[in-house]
Amino acid sequence: MADLINLIENWIKNILLGWGVTESLAVFILQVLGSVLVVIVCFVIVIALIWVERKLAGRIQDRFGPNRAGPYGIFQSFADIIKIFTKEYITPVGAEKGLFNIAPVLAMFSVLAIWAVFPFAINVVGGDIHVGVLYIVAIGAFGILAILMAGWSSNNRYALLSASRSVAMLISYEIPMIISLLVPVLLAHSMKLSVIVEAQMPWNIFVAPLAALIFGISSMAEVGKAPFDLLEAESELVAGYHTEYSGMKFGMFYVAEFLHQFTVGALMAIFFLGGWTGPLAVRWPILGVFYFYGKTFFIYLVISWIRLSLPRIRIDEMLNLNWRFLIPISFINLIAVAIADRVMLEFNLARWIYVVVMFLINILILVAALTIAEKNEKAVERVEFSPRPIAVPPGKESK
Amino acid sequence: MVPVLIFGLSSVVTLGAALAVVTNKNILHSAFYLILAFVGVASIYVLLEAPFIAVVQVLVYIGAIAILIVFAIMLTRRLLSKDLIQRNAQWGLSALGATGLFLVLGWIVYSVNWPVKLLTVPEDPISVLGQELLSTYVVPFEIASVLLLAALVGAILIGRERE
Repeated sequence: MADLINLIENWIKNILLGWGVTESLAVFILQVLGSVLVVIVCFVIVIALIWVERKLAGRIQDRFGPNRAGPYGIFQSFADIIKIFTKEYITPVGAEKGLFNIAPVLAMFSVLAIWAVFPFAINVVGGDIHVGVLYIVAIGAFGILAILMAGWSSNNRYALLSASRSVAMLISYEIPMIISLLVPVLLAHSMKLSVIVEAQMPWNIFVAPLAALIFGISSMAEVGKAPFDLLEAESELVAGYHTEYSGMKFGMFYVAEFLHQFTVGALMAIFFLGGWTGPLAVRWPILGVFYFYGKTFFIYLVISWIRLSLPRIRIDEMLNLNWRFLIPISFINLIAVAIADRVMLEFNLARWIYVVVMFLINILILVAALTIAEKNEKAVERVEFSPRPIAVPPGKESK
Repeated sequence: MVPVLIFGLSSVVTLGAALAVVTNKNILHSAFYLILAFVGVASIYVLLEAPFIAVVQVLVYIGAIAILIVFAIMLTRRLLSKDLIQRNAQWGLSALGATGLFLVLGWIVYSVNWPVKLLTVPEDPISVLGQELLSTYVVPFEIASVLLLAALVGAILIGRERE
């Protein structure tokens, strides 16, 4: 009972072997089943997430959120899905048909493919490759490509502008994201995700809080939702790169965006919150799966809370935050952690001293960086408007 | 059997995409076909049990170079016209040069007796790679990093506003 997933796996495998299927084919079928299962779970979660997010947004903005379809509006997402499936696909005149249709699929792929390497529990691991961290970073490139494709092939100036912004933003925020991901790799001495999860004693968020913070901010920018939603700033760019998409093609971009935020939660859980680890997770692997999804949900809600509380940042603020603050601080953090890790391993210190020293170093860097940034902050230019004349009905103007 | 099939498929995709890169009249389509060719090469690396090189291929060639190319093309409106001329006056000369280079390379590949050592893949290839880079191959590694730093400084110098 404790090891439910492997129990079912062995059961199906024995049935397949009983039918006279060869060993390798049976393993292949099981792998296909496993990946389909992961994808389906992702989609089911997204359906729930859309409702949760809208309800949460309602609460934070002092309104009800969806409340018509079913109790508390829980069937709202299903109604939306049915509606979006029945909509017409419109391809604008002058669009590049091939690229126009590939782009939403690629956007979906770039998010779902990341789930292939996640460790869900101690013995439920996807492709446990040696270069797991690099793989996650590399797959992200397809997401940027999808936005570029969509923006260019739509034959729409707004979409093209949005795609150009995406390159400026997504590529520059990739740098602090990758550098901060190197810290858990360094602490675990491996790029394998399963090793990174198992090496966290205690969770990395206590050993490397600064890296967790930088990763959180930069991956929120990678998702491209508020406060970093310059890609789809409604007042400037209509809807951004997916302006011309309709029906399920738009739906795929939308779902990919939601799933990306959820994936960021999962990455955060794996790298900084100990993944599937938790009480009794080694003895009952099924508990590990729950811990993993629970932590992911928690991070997802925290991210939603942050983005619902902050306004959209301006494009120059966005670039300054990245190049003048996040990138230098992430490099300094990486160097400091590397040196401290090496020195303390040489002296063979107790684990708790190691953790406390690491924590203090991180906090010290953060405080120092914030102080320097505050000192160097340019005085904000306030534009004073001359008071406008107030409209008065004709004949009553004051002389 | 299956690896051979995958190898054949990825070779066909790579070569077909590469052919499309040079024959396509729309330069942006060429850029996207180039990305497809990179994906094909990456899948061949995966088949060769070299996941690190495969992932770096995707990360560097698709994530950085290809996106840079696409972005540069999108910024230059004139290149987006649908019927660019793909030849200039020197096409005959360059075709001769390319064919000659191909023949020489092919001759080298077939005539040299390549020393093949059958080594088992180490338990943790990434840590072996890291240790080799910082011990045996430390000089080329450091020179490469200095080169990249010089490129970075140069890029900033060019991009900086003149005072």
